[in-house]
Amino acid sequence: MFNKEKIEAIIKERQRWEEEILQDSLETLPESRNTFTTISGLGVKRLYTPEDIKDLDYERDLGFPGQYPFTRGIHPTMYRARVWTMRMFSGLGTAEDTNRRFKYLLEHGETGLSIAFHFPTLMGYCSDDPMARGEVGKCGVAVDTLKDMEILFDGIPMDKITTSMTINPPAAVLLAMYIVTAEKQGVSKKEIGGTIQNDMLKEFIAQKTFMLPPEPSLRIIVDTIEYCAKEVPKWNTISISGYHIREAGSTAVQELAFTLADGLTYVQACVDRGMDVDEFAPRLSFFFNAHIDFFEEIAKYRAARRMWARFMRERFGAKNPRSWMLRFHTQTAGCSLTAQQPYNNIIRTAYEAMAAVLGGTQSLHTNSLDEVLALPTEEAVTIALRTQQILAEETGVINTIDPLAGSYFVEALTDKMEEEAMRYIDKIEAMGGMIAAIEKGYPQMEIADAAYRFQRDIDKVNRTLVGVNKYITDHPPVEILRIDPEVERRQIARLQEVRQKRDNKKVKERLQQLRHAAQGKENLMPYIIECVREYATIQEICDVFREVFGRYQDPGLF
Amino acid sequence: MSSERSSGDIKIQVCSRWGVREMGEERKVRIMIAKPGLDGHDRGARVIARALRDAGFEVIYTGLHQSPEQIVAAAIQEDVDAVGLSNLSGAHTYLFPRVVELLREQGADDIVVFGGGIIPDEDIPKLKEAGIKEVFTPGTLLEDIIKWVKENIKPRR
Repeated sequence: MFNKEKIEAIIKERQRWEEEILQDSLETLPESRNTFTTISGLGVKRLYTPEDIKDLDYERDLGFPGQYPFTRGIHPTMYRARVWTMRMFSGLGTAEDTNRRFKYLLEHGETGLSIAFHFPTLMGYCSDDPMARGEVGKCGVAVDTLKDMEILFDGIPMDKITTSMTINPPAAVLLAMYIVTAEKQGVSKKEIGGTIQNDMLKEFIAQKTFMLPPEPSLRIIVDTIEYCAKEVPKWNTISISGYHIREAGSTAVQELAFTLADGLTYVQACVDRGMDVDEFAPRLSFFFNAHIDFFEEIAKYRAARRMWARFMRERFGAKNPRSWMLRFHTQTAGCSLTAQQPYNNIIRTAYEAMAAVLGGTQSLHTNSLDEVLALPTEEAVTIALRTQQILAEETGVINTIDPLAGSYFVEALTDKMEEEAMRYIDKIEAMGGMIAAIEKGYPQMEIADAAYRFQRDIDKVNRTLVGVNKYITDHPPVEILRIDPEVERRQIARLQEVRQKRDNKKVKERLQQLRHAAQGKENLMPYIIECVREYATIQEICDVFREVFGRYQDPGLF
Repeated sequence: MSSERSSGDIKIQVCSRWGVREMGEERKVRIMIAKPGLDGHDRGARVIARALRDAGFEVIYTGLHQSPEQIVAAAIQEDVDAVGLSNLSGAHTYLFPRVVELLREQGADDIVVFGGGIIPDEDIPKLKEAGIKEVFTPGTLLEDIIKWVKENIKPRR
């Protein structure tokens, strides 16, 4: 962007400034620290100038929004035409409880739904399995059968709202339930829109809800991608997630690198299945964390878009511009919140949300102040939603596209993120790809190291965490949401009723057909849909998978 | 220490693992960090496991998705002095007391149980009443946990 002579003049001027101006200043008022770093440990210089981005080529590296390489955003108008989707991750108790929460949020201006399931559903168990004891409805909503999904969407028009489902090992089962529920509302699967997370690689790496070993997990993921490309064209078939990698303690660079490496693995697997890249790539979506280090996060999103566009066009030869676009959801960082002085969490979340928006997110969840203690109360979740509405409608950040582009610092940091992430991606590829790396425990241990380093820094007060290691005061406890112990009993009663009322002979037949298909090579989605339609439980379906494919056990690395 | 537990295969296994110890030499405190239930949040558990190991304790980590029965069997098998339970899904009210109860049933109630995770303040007295010796909530410094372990957990023999 600058010619050589100009850069040389700037360098000369900088050296003069350092000797004549800076030196004096440092002597009279030394800096508070010897080194300044981002929260991930990337060095940050005192000052950035054109010298730091001397190789930046505007057309090549930034371009225009809605155009390759999408560094400045995926839409030509970004938030001027339509602000991001405000999608609050919600789920509690039974389907009735969550249906009420959904309706409350929609009435208050939420624009998309996002379902949080309780752990038994996430892991493919029913609410009455011994492993489910104590978990029912606690960390999300209990969904055992189609019946629960029907109740969840009672009175919510599935042709008008898009829904994101945070679900991984049994993602295909929940998608099937969603499809059949929509059908019962008279909405065809061609019309429904939404996302299943369906990203097992990051489960092995970070979130740790796993069921089957990596290879069969990948097979089922590719089945869903392949099925949706033909049958559910508006569905985002996967949400390739860095969020949980970051929550597990990774750095921003690791989050970026491991997420893209996972994405490359899925694309390759689909190509290996024989699919044309442009047939499925436009429906791939991403999910990133918004942590507290403001500029680092913005740089991360910008680098992610640019890197993905290049991978898709150059490595996979995608021709459809939609295949090059990295579309992403963001959630503010749960792990940045503190149980101490919980009202401070509102402030943290607001900064994080702003970073996500300045980084060009397509949808956003803002954490509630009390999520470090329990599922959020209605009051807390309303403040979190209002945080987004204030951002969208009061602050003016939406007025222009990618407003931090051209900042010497942000551009230099964007380049740095890309360079460091590429180093990791190259290393993973040299190991034989992400599955091989996971089997070696490589990303898991990199994250564990970073998490431990971070915690030691907090302990030693190398890093401030307000209310935890500095500015410590007592704060009266905030009121938290409790899940009624009756939830477990009610949910199990409903499940038993479903088991009694359904046609058990048909269920058995459908499960047998699924087992047969799983043993072969057919796409499993149509079989799963038929099981779900007959009210087979999530556990019955997942047990078929566990029997055919085996289970994955946590290696317990630390 | 029940006589039942100091006899049979378990003891032999433990001895072979520990090698020959000089008479009177105190062995290192041995702690199992365990993840009961279906909760997958293991960042805290693994950070604590590492911190205790670096502080000089012998540490075993169970890995995820363990039933209370599996944890208790492993704790007895591994002859640990304490079990640290981690849960962030809200299931602690069932899972933590269940581990204590099973240890009691097995005559191993001299194994100290402590825990941590997303645990509302109001649950802590109930957990303590149920036999959980200490509960650590988010924001606890590693050094405070290490200090507590040093003061409260001794080799059982």
